[in-house]
Amino acid sequence: MATKPKLYYFRDRGRMESIRWLLAAAGVEFEEEFFETREQYEKLQKDGRLLFGQVPLVEIDGMALTQTRAILSYLAAKYDLYGKDPKERLRIDMYTDGTLDLMTMIMVRAFKPPAEKEETLTSVVKSAKTRYFPVFEKILKDHGEDFLVGNKLSWADIQLLEAILMVEELDASVLSDFPLLKAFKTRISNIPTIKKFLQPGSQRKPPPDSQYVALVRKILQF
Amino acid sequence: MAARPKLHYPNGRGRMESVRWLLAAAGVEFDEEFLETKEQLQKLQDGNHLLFQQVPMVEIDGMKLVQTRSILHYIAEKHNLFGRDLKERTLIDMYVEGTLDLLELIIMHPFLKPDDQQREVVNMAQKAIIRYFPVFEKILRGHGQSFLVGNQLSLADIILLQTILALEEKIPNILSAFPFLQEYTVKISNIPTIKRFLEPGSKKKPPPDEIYVRTVYNVFMP
Repeated sequence: MATKPKLYYFRDRGRMESIRWLLAAAGVEFEEEFFETREQYEKLQKDGRLLFGQVPLVEIDGMALTQTRAILSYLAAKYDLYGKDPKERLRIDMYTDGTLDLMTMIMVRAFKPPAEKEETLTSVVKSAKTRYFPVFEKILKDHGEDFLVGNKLSWADIQLLEAILMVEELDASVLSDFPLLKAFKTRISNIPTIKKFLQPGSQRKPPPDSQYVALVRKILQF
Repeated sequence: MAARPKLHYPNGRGRMESVRWLLAAAGVEFDEEFLETKEQLQKLQDGNHLLFQQVPMVEIDGMKLVQTRSILHYIAEKHNLFGRDLKERTLIDMYVEGTLDLLELIIMHPFLKPDDQQREVVNMAQKAIIRYFPVFEKILRGHGQSFLVGNQLSLADIILLQTILALEEKIPNILSAFPFLQEYTVKISNIPTIKRFLEPGSKKKPPPDEIYVRTVYNVFMP
C-alpha cells in the first residue's frame, strides 16, 4: 500500500497552499508536518532532504520534491490534471505560470510593512482585473466549455479558482465584470473533492496573520 | 518547412537569454524582433499577441508562447531535452527551478541602485557557493556522468551553464572550490551547438550595459 504524501511547511498558506489544493482536488489524502521552531527546520536541512535548503518539501513516491512549480507539475502529471498532449500541457503551463505570478504578489504582501500593504492590495486587485481575469474570461467565452483546457478539469482550473478566492478575500467585488468567471467559480467549487476542501475542517489554511509572519521570519531568519 | 521561431524582446539578455541558449543548444535557428520603443510593445499588446501583456514572447509552431518557464518546457520537450520519463523530467524541473532562482539575481542586478549593486554581487556569490553549487557538485560527483540527469544533455545542463558563465563574468574565480563543476563547464561548453553559440557572431547577447538598461526603462516604464 502506498504511503500518503507528506508535506513539510509552516502551518499556513505560503507557497505550499497550491500544492494542498492540487492534492485535495485530486482526492489524494496527505499528511503534514508543520515548522514551529528553527531547530525543526535546521534538522531538515541537515538531513539533506531539502535540495537547495528550502521548503516546500513534499515526500512522495520515494522522492523528496522541492521547488513549488516542479512539485505542482509532477502532481498534475501523476493525477492526470495536465492535459492530453504537449500543446495542452503548454497552455496549462502558461495559465498556471500567470496565476502563480498573481498569487505570489499576494503572498509576499503578508511580509510588507503596513503602509506598503495597502498599496500592494490596490495593485494586486488592479492586476487581477486588468491583466489576468480578462484573459481567462475571454478563454472561457471563446470556447464556451466548462474548463480552461481540453474540456476537462486540469491544474489550470484548480489554480485559477484558488487565485480568484484569494483576490476576493482582498476585494469581494473583483469578479463583478466577469460573468463567466463567476459561473466558473461556482462550477469548480462544486466539484465534490474541491467542495470538501472548501469546507471547515479540511487542510486548507486561512489567510496569513501577524503571528504567522513573525514565526516565518524567526525560522527563516529574515 | 516549418518557419523559424521568432523571439520578441529587447536587444539584450534579460529573461529571453535562457530561451536563446536552449534554442541554440538544440541546434534551432531563430529570428528576433527587438523591442526598442514603448510603441512597439503597445502594438504587440493592442494586437493581442501577448497573453498577459508581457514579454518574453516566442512565436513557434503557429502559437505565441509567453511565460519564460512555459516556453523553456515546451522547447525542451520538443527537442528531447526534458528527460525520458516523469521522474527524470521532475529532477530536471527541480534543478532548473533552483538555478533560475539564482539567475534571477543576475537578471535583476543591472536595475539596482549603483550603491546596492556591489552588495548584490557579494550576495550572488554567497548564494552560488553555499546553496547551489555544492548541490550540483555533489550530483556530478555522485554519478560520475557528464550530464546532470539521465546521462544525456538536458535543459538543466543548459541553464546551469548559462548561470555559471554569467556569474564568472562578475566573479571570475567562483568555481574555484568546485572541481567537478569546472570540468563540467568545459565539457558542456564544447558540445558543438553550444560551442558555436559561445563564439562571436552568434545570437548570444553581451552583458547588460547602460544602453540596455535605458532601453528596458523606455519600453516598459509607464
